[in-house]
Amino acid sequence: MSETAEKVKKIVVEHLGVEEAKVTPEASFIDDLGADSLDTVELVMAFEEAFGVEIPDDAAEKIQTVKDAIEFIEKQQAAA
Amino acid sequence: MGITGPLGLGVERFWRRLVNGESGISAIQSFDVKDLPAKIAGQVPPGTRAEGGLDLNEWIPVKEQKKMGRFIQLAWVAAAEAIEDSGWAPEDEAGRCATGVMIGSGIGGLEVIQEAGGLVAAGKSRRLSPFFIPSALVNLASGQVSIRYGFKGPNHSAVTACATGVHAIGDAARLIALGDADVMVAGGAEAAICELGIGGFCAARALSTGYNDTPAEASRPWDKGRDGFVMGEGAGVVVLEEYEHAKARGAKIYAEVIGYGMSGDAYHITSPTEDGEGGYRAMKAALASAGITPEQVQYVNAHGTSTPMGDDIELSAVERLWGDAAKGLAMSSTKSATGHLLGAAGAVEAIFSILAIRDNVAPPTLNLEEPSRPSPIDRVAKTAQERKIEVALSNSFGFGGTNASVVFRAAP
Repeated sequence: MSETAEKVKKIVVEHLGVEEAKVTPEASFIDDLGADSLDTVELVMAFEEAFGVEIPDDAAEKIQTVKDAIEFIEKQQAAA
Repeated sequence: MGITGPLGLGVERFWRRLVNGESGISAIQSFDVKDLPAKIAGQVPPGTRAEGGLDLNEWIPVKEQKKMGRFIQLAWVAAAEAIEDSGWAPEDEAGRCATGVMIGSGIGGLEVIQEAGGLVAAGKSRRLSPFFIPSALVNLASGQVSIRYGFKGPNHSAVTACATGVHAIGDAARLIALGDADVMVAGGAEAAICELGIGGFCAARALSTGYNDTPAEASRPWDKGRDGFVMGEGAGVVVLEEYEHAKARGAKIYAEVIGYGMSGDAYHITSPTEDGEGGYRAMKAALASAGITPEQVQYVNAHGTSTPMGDDIELSAVERLWGDAAKGLAMSSTKSATGHLLGAAGAVEAIFSILAIRDNVAPPTLNLEEPSRPSPIDRVAKTAQERKIEVALSNSFGFGGTNASVVFRAAP
């Protein structure tokens, strides 16, 4: 697992208070990890803070799974 | 009933320590006080539940904690104790819809407002948490408790500064009497021990500043040496229930709410009138609604915050209303031990009044060494007193000139 993936996983575990094993790449924040819409807003802010990236609202809406988050952040990092 | 406050968690422990004359006032731990003239407060002690301290992880899921200002967390803990103590757990929709919540706060999530204000000042408004507003809103204490327990009846909140706790309990009792609910979880919560809270009340010249080195002596209602109130934090929650409803399920009944009175001073934003007629009218209205006369009341839990003006004004109002019966009356200020819990004060003091009835004990006014003036009323200086107490009245007065009194009687 990439460094970014590890870090994303850690943030998800901390913010949503879920077990690490549940945070699989396919896991949906809302359907599988018990997040509500405010939790996802906060999660996206935590990603922005941790990775120094900016995630606009329209992009944030498309980030629904752990994998979506990792891919978006890695793309941003590659572009930077 | 449930309490979390400066003398720890749990009603019985808190009451025992109060009656024993222990003080809950100490040096402020949560931030650096060097720029502030008041450096002490009544803080909820950290520690395990078994020790009577607060470890949030024992009570609230970690993920939920960050969605609540501290006042909501304290309300949550007190409500959990109160609801468990009441044994009320409605199993059907009708029962849930007949159960409401009315937990107020004077100020709400002041420490989260302070934190958020810092972000805004630093040009980081976009970094505000989506949980900021629901952490700070006063009525979210009621909201969170209702969500946790599924109580779908009236969901309401009093916000009347330091009179909040009495208004919440009094209004909740009225909602039951009017048929809006069978059961109401009612009380107050406050957590304003942060730079904004201490600094703000210091600016209003309301806090004690002369006893920073001897915190336990700082709150001294009616004493000659008093110099302002000491801020406290905590929450008090009671479960009120329609009498027949409580009887039918065999509930433990501590006491009955028999009277409630309110008034406004229409005078000044922070000071009472010199003759205390606002408080006088609130007490008079409470006794009238109870259908009793002053001599039928054996104990008054005073607002008595330890401010130079307020204490004697309240004393005069009680003396005037009780007349000849004043010499048989006991009146103490438990703020001498807890500090002033602002919006939670009326709620925890209602609980003390109820326990005074249950145990026939008047809790003491600590540090009352030399009263600034004599009174026929026994102010229970320094040591608790065993007394026959069947009816107790509790006062709370707030900024804005808002006054409320509630009267309890021993369970029928």
